Amino acid sequence: MTSLFEEITPSPPDEVPVRKITVTINGDRRSAMVEPRLLLVHLLRQGFKLTGTHIGCDTTNCGACTVLFDGTPIKSCTMLAVQADGHDIMTVEGLAGPSELHAIQEGFKEEHGLQCGFCTPGMMLTSKALLEENPHPSEDEIRWALGGNLCRCTGYQNIVKAVLWAADKLGEGVEAEDTEVMT
Amino acid sequence: MLKLRFAAPEMLVDINEIQGLDYLERDPDGTIRVGALCRHATLERSTLLAEYQPTMMSAAPLVADPVVRNRGTLVGSLCHADPQGDWASVMMALDGSVVAQGPDGRRTIAVRDLARGPFHNTLAMDEVVVEAVVPPPQGTPEGGYLKLERRVGDFATAGVAVAIDRVANNVVRAGIGLTGVGGSTISADEAATALVGGPLTAETIGNAAELAAGAANPHTDHRGSAEYKRQLVRVFTRRLLSGLMTSGEEAA
Repeated sequence: MTSLFEEITPSPPDEVPVRKITVTINGDRRSAMVEPRLLLVHLLRQGFKLTGTHIGCDTTNCGACTVLFDGTPIKSCTMLAVQADGHDIMTVEGLAGPSELHAIQEGFKEEHGLQCGFCTPGMMLTSKALLEENPHPSEDEIRWALGGNLCRCTGYQNIVKAVLWAADKLGEGVEAEDTEVMT
Repeated sequence: MLKLRFAAPEMLVDINEIQGLDYLERDPDGTIRVGALCRHATLERSTLLAEYQPTMMSAAPLVADPVVRNRGTLVGSLCHADPQGDWASVMMALDGSVVAQGPDGRRTIAVRDLARGPFHNTLAMDEVVVEAVVPPPQGTPEGGYLKLERRVGDFATAGVAVAIDRVANNVVRAGIGLTGVGGSTISADEAATALVGGPLTAETIGNAAELAAGAANPHTDHRGSAEYKRQLVRVFTRRLLSGLMTSGEEAA
């Protein structure tokens, strides 16, 4: 170096690799070009504008970003978007149509299962998977299943009541259908 | 590792789409094999573990939280080499090993030799673990896992895994693994060896609990003081073994 100062020209970045993925989201097949480093939650929120899925802690602790991956609750802040290629994702927007409520959403409304609502989408999707596996869970079983979803407002009491409410409502539906078949 | 910014690889290979790696099976001789893609949730719901492997059965529902257990794997936990990971303690207590596959074939690595330090394992760059193996018990396998966590899903303040094999009330093999009380998972060999050769008594249990607490090498942090964590190891070891002493008497 001949002088005290020499400007360094940064080399242009290498071409960013992108991959095409196709994901079924809330029943619709959608394709996108994504960087391999993109997180699933960012694909959902920024790519597909499905902002019902929240980012809370971004460290796999809080569960606000929980979505159903092939029907199983997972934390979408800790999965890459490319890993969802060919898979089925359900977000809170997929629980019911725009003008209706799923029984779980109704339960959260009826039992005041939310205050700020930030954790609610994740809570509801984990609850959906629970009720599919176990349609009549006990209070303890609900608390156990929701252990990976944190809520800072409610103290969980009304969330548990909301899931019990939804279980009852979904159970009634099944019984009503049975009755219809019998008559 | 990526989210902690501990690693920034140029290329990642996702093994999730490989078929046939999600198995949990038991050989006729009693060996239990856990495939690299077998999720914690599968282990937690397994009737096979409920029947044959009480220490693993006891630990499975305590790993992370229910949503994380849907995705995480036992093999991944072992390779991650987090000193606060639950499975390494359990597998050490069971004298478990992993099978690593590389370009030159497969080799077996004891779980106690897998971690080099926090988040460092001894795998070669071109190796991947394909399964974890628990050797057949030498008697009736008994044991359990206890951990203290501040809330569901938090890393352990401290945890203890105990696995013993008994023949006619005598301990013929024992293993004790300690979670979160050192730079790597600790195998409390002296404590375990002290149990072998006779029945569980209040005296042998007290002795093993002291030796286990002595083997712990905890640090004071936001989860508790070093002495507190050492006391947890002492209490958990005693509690797990005392529970087995009672069940052994009932069986006899």
